[in-house]
Amino acid sequence: MFKHHAKLETNIFFLAVGILLTIVVGGLVEVVPLFSIESTIEKVDGVRPYSPLEQKGRDIYIREGCYNCHSQMIRPFKDEVERYGHYSLAAESKYDHPFQWGSKRTGPDLARVGGKYTDDWQVRHLVNPRDVVPGSIMPGYKHLLRPLDYSDVAADLKALRVVGVPYTDAQIANAKKDLEEQVFGDPAAKPAVAASYPKAHIGSASGKDKVTEMDALVAYLQVLGTMVDFSTVKPEAIRR
Amino acid sequence: MSINTEATPYCEDVIKKFTLAAIFWGVVGFLAGDFIALQLAFPVLNLDLEWTSFGRLRPVHTSAVIFAFGGNVLFSTSLYIVQRTSRASLFGGSGLGGFIFWNFQALIVVAALSYVLGFSQGQEYAEPEWWIDLWLTVIWVAYLIAFAGTIMKRKEPHIYVANWFFFAMILTIAMLHLGNNLAVPAAFFGGSWMKSYNVFGGVQNAMTQWWYGHNAVGFFLTAGFLGIMYYFVPKRAERPVYSYRLSIVHFWALIFLYIWAGPHHLHYTALPDWAQTLGMTFSVMLWMPSWGGMINGLMTLSGAWDKLRTDPVMRFLVSSVAFYGMSTFEGPMMSIKAVNSLSHYTDWGIGHVHSGALGWVAFVSFGALYYLVPKLWGRKELYSLKLVGVHFWIATVGIVFYITAMWISGIMQGLMWRAYDSLGFLQYSFIETVEAMRPYYMIRALGGFLFVLGSLVMVYNVYKTIKGDVADEAMAPAAGAAR
Repeated sequence: MFKHHAKLETNIFFLAVGILLTIVVGGLVEVVPLFSIESTIEKVDGVRPYSPLEQKGRDIYIREGCYNCHSQMIRPFKDEVERYGHYSLAAESKYDHPFQWGSKRTGPDLARVGGKYTDDWQVRHLVNPRDVVPGSIMPGYKHLLRPLDYSDVAADLKALRVVGVPYTDAQIANAKKDLEEQVFGDPAAKPAVAASYPKAHIGSASGKDKVTEMDALVAYLQVLGTMVDFSTVKPEAIRR
Repeated sequence: MSINTEATPYCEDVIKKFTLAAIFWGVVGFLAGDFIALQLAFPVLNLDLEWTSFGRLRPVHTSAVIFAFGGNVLFSTSLYIVQRTSRASLFGGSGLGGFIFWNFQALIVVAALSYVLGFSQGQEYAEPEWWIDLWLTVIWVAYLIAFAGTIMKRKEPHIYVANWFFFAMILTIAMLHLGNNLAVPAAFFGGSWMKSYNVFGGVQNAMTQWWYGHNAVGFFLTAGFLGIMYYFVPKRAERPVYSYRLSIVHFWALIFLYIWAGPHHLHYTALPDWAQTLGMTFSVMLWMPSWGGMINGLMTLSGAWDKLRTDPVMRFLVSSVAFYGMSTFEGPMMSIKAVNSLSHYTDWGIGHVHSGALGWVAFVSFGALYYLVPKLWGRKELYSLKLVGVHFWIATVGIVFYITAMWISGIMQGLMWRAYDSLGFLQYSFIETVEAMRPYYMIRALGGFLFVLGSLVMVYNVYKTIKGDVADEAMAPAAGAAR
């Protein structure tokens, strides 16, 4: 065996081919089936693309590097389910480009933070976390109270559609209108954005007369983990 | 064929540049790390400014140490080694070398600025936006051409073992970088030039990210640095590599097995169980080729163990291999699902990474840099070997503070999260577990500070060496005699 190795270590092309063949195997075996095995993503109702405002909020979540300290992935352990809620399904992040499952919990998991706190709490906490949680070590984000630039939100949705998020033509055409309506619309009047994006959190979190980055981030946080109604989901029906 | 090595004029000006850049970015990256460590102990240090928050600075730290420091060390050492072991001057010469150097340094600055200004792909260790990724691809191809071109014009029949590792690193990093950064820019649809969306989402993106992420560790920080070990340990010890057969077996086993290990970052997540189990199994198997490398490195010292006492540069090199052995035992252990259920999401992971990054990657780099600097600038020896010893002990104490603090805080927080009181309720709120971390975050920051301090001792020593000074010290003759 070792004397044949001389062929590889005296010819850089043989060495290159040997290395390439060796390193592709693991990735092929582990990645490719995730696209072809149907049970990889559970079949549950309710998961929809993010509304334009939520998507802008998600972009801010990524911009600020929230994933460095917060996971969005509840593991199926008793303590985690009691602390955070039902364990996370693959289906719940199927429209997440990129995924934000995270790898560290310097702060708590956020996979089901939606609806846990009021908008007012979220805004105060984001402006100065220690105002509401004295022991917090999270940075303050008062700069999020500035106006949101959403002039290019339709372009974002178009790019997302290319990578597989099923936005309709109407949703892309109405992107700006939907975004504004989600902040300034009246929830009681059943605005169009709520029909297009069920369970979208309507209202101005920051209370400003323009759409702020805070409004977008809070709208994103408030929808996290709320799309699937676990009171109707049967675990055995979704089990892989 | 001549055996007169002086007949080959090696291209060394570009190696000098990479060496100095490695030292510079090392200090910057360590400082950034210690600053964000202090932010976790004293959140006021986030300064309430968007550009200085932990979330934006942490990628600056990770990219600075992995890619700026580690990358420049790899460029410097691999292009030095490939010339010497091929007895050929650098393919493309200073022209191609300078192209790689200046583009890479500019890319580091642009990438760091982009993070601080809030542009990120949002995937760990792959934060740069799409056009920065394309720019890096061009640099990497130039590096491949310079490296492989030098091998192709070699005057030695065999390709030296260190070069197998560098070559595997170059090819694999190219595959991983392209695979994980496939993204659709918003700019193609009239949107921002600084925003893109990965073609993979959710569970598939999680898998591709950790296929990339774990093998950035496996190839950039392991295979590449094993290449460094395979040249500088035998050189400094003046002994041949312990076992040629072991190097063959552990090389192929290492590069085959590493690729599979990614899913251990995704235990108990929504990734299918079969993938998690595969990832765990291969991670545990990875222990063997890893220790094959450690044994080959350590046993090269056979008959020269006294150099540990007399030569502080050797001490850095050997300790790095020992740390490598420790981390590559700890890693497979943490990849076992039952252990991972406790360790994941906690500081234990951070401690594990740093025993590898500080103890293995940085220490083997320091050893290599201390070897290279006098050689490159034509000095007999460093300005002061005593200061190398000082650097070694300060840095080692720093690492011990760091990793023990993270072991305690990580295991403690993991246990607190799952603790129940006698009435069957969760015993601790999340914030109580955060508050309990505070003393350990301070100890970690102290450890990091010592590591920075040690690197500044190195800066001084390297500066004096390049200047041509020689310290008058009692230790020098003994070390000289051992050399």
